[in-house]
Amino acid sequence: MSQKHENENIKGIMDIKKRSQWADIWHHFKKNKAAIVGMMLIVLFVCLALFAPLIGDYQDDALKMNIRERLQSPSADHWFGTDEFGRDIFIRIVYGTRISLFVGIISVSIALSIGGFLGSIAGYYGGKIDNAIMRVLDVILAIPAILLAITIVAALGASIINLMIAIGIANIPGFARVVRAAILSVKDQEYIEAAKAIGAKDHTIILKHVLPNSMAPIIVFSTLKVATAIMATASLSFIGLGVQPPTPEWGSMLAGGRAYIRDYMYIVLYPGLAIVLSVLSLNLIGDGLRDALDPKLK
Amino acid sequence: MLIPVMLGVTFLVYFIISLTPGDAAAMILGNGATEESIKELREEMGFNDPTIVQYANYMKDLLTGDMGTSYSTGKSVAGEIGQRFPNTFKLTFSAIFIAILISIPIGVISATKQYSIFDNAGMIFALIGISMPSFWTGLMLIIAFSLNLGWFPSSGMDGIRSLILPAFTLAIASTASITRTTRSSMLEVVRQDYINTAKAKGVSKKDVIRKHALRNALIPAVTVIGLEFGILLGGAVLTETVFSWPGIGRLMVESIQRKDTPMVLGCVIVFAVAFSVVNLIVDILYAYIDPRIKANYN
Repeated sequence: MSQKHENENIKGIMDIKKRSQWADIWHHFKKNKAAIVGMMLIVLFVCLALFAPLIGDYQDDALKMNIRERLQSPSADHWFGTDEFGRDIFIRIVYGTRISLFVGIISVSIALSIGGFLGSIAGYYGGKIDNAIMRVLDVILAIPAILLAITIVAALGASIINLMIAIGIANIPGFARVVRAAILSVKDQEYIEAAKAIGAKDHTIILKHVLPNSMAPIIVFSTLKVATAIMATASLSFIGLGVQPPTPEWGSMLAGGRAYIRDYMYIVLYPGLAIVLSVLSLNLIGDGLRDALDPKLK
Repeated sequence: MLIPVMLGVTFLVYFIISLTPGDAAAMILGNGATEESIKELREEMGFNDPTIVQYANYMKDLLTGDMGTSYSTGKSVAGEIGQRFPNTFKLTFSAIFIAILISIPIGVISATKQYSIFDNAGMIFALIGISMPSFWTGLMLIIAFSLNLGWFPSSGMDGIRSLILPAFTLAIASTASITRTTRSSMLEVVRQDYINTAKAKGVSKKDVIRKHALRNALIPAVTVIGLEFGILLGGAVLTETVFSWPGIGRLMVESIQRKDTPMVLGCVIVFAVAFSVVNLIVDILYAYIDPRIKANYN
């Protein structure tokens, strides 16, 4: 073997070692074509949400009724056609992206912060505290999540805020379990013991040492849960318990268009496709991340 | 374990529902009621008592099978639910049956022919399947098979033909996730040593898969089937709404719209109990599938 070749080999090995944990994950992630497609789709959705005003005006195009143009088929003027009130379906879907992503992210943040807090305490301290917290959460888990969310919204009243609270609460036990399991898997490591030995406080250990090292499963779970939350938002709005008309939301657009499916199927086709594509892309990313974080599982 | 969880669930649901704003007594009596009669009824029904006392009274009645009377129809809640329950049962069990029938063979074939065209196609369909909201799938199936082809009715409950579309709608998401679980647990099992041993002994390929691999791979699949049942019950609320299926899910949505609190409470409790009972059955099934678990108890 020539000297040059050997040098290159060593350099290759050094490169692998030098890569940080995140660069390593990205390296695995980008090999997964499906995950990259999902990533591109989500970037597209985020761009649509951010630049919605460039596509159409919220008041004039997404909300204002225009009976003269009602129930038009897709055309150059109205890409996805118009709905029963003559509003452009494409523009309403674009504004709906804002609501879906917003509710998805906020409700998962609620579940992650409360569930994460409970799960960390349960996992880190163990014993009676662990038992008490997990038994209470078992009770919540005994009610299917979407039914719990429906019940909460039914009691509090239908609004975007209550929707986020309901979906957030329904997801607390899941997050608590994942965070607890993640913490259990690292809490007996030597570096945690070392941190304890030098007198670090419990909350410092949890926040600075335990959580950063148990981030992987939590990130994967959160990604998949944003997808479920988007689905839940649409579901609740569909049965009239979420975002109320005339606000453009995918699920409530489907509920409104239901009466016209016999002759104008595109009214329900496109908002549904928006739900499927956004949920699918988040699922692809979640799967890709899981494989990248734990190549063993493949 | 079932009883404390059930007590917790009923309390939680009762508490959430009791957060509903508005005066129940005024609601029951309707618009023409006098201040005096509202007050009287409130006293009579115990609405002035603390929530915990009301809950205790509710539970006392519940144990004798009395779930109160509907605010809107005046009929017995238990009677109404009892009448609708068989319909939801029929729908969810047909759905889980369809899901198992399709998903287990596909999962097994996918795993035994990993990375083949069949496997890839199966996994893509599974991913899309979990990303489709059931109410949208239902609408699409109605458009295709009911409005265009005219094979099945689009709503109502009238014989086996009317069951097919809602059952398939409900089954799709579960089929997808059971397929994925079966495939991945099969993949894990076929790499075990005992599979090699069986092959080396000269057991036929079919028997290796059926007797040695599948039985072990079924354990995680059964867990998912139990969990899927919860998702199915939630999905039933939406599917029943789309297909006007006279089950508990639709009853619950209608009751929420009519602010019929005792009916909503009854529906959620029945759903939660059904979910818990199914999970108990799953736990018992484990012992049959996996003799190691039974051995632990003896």
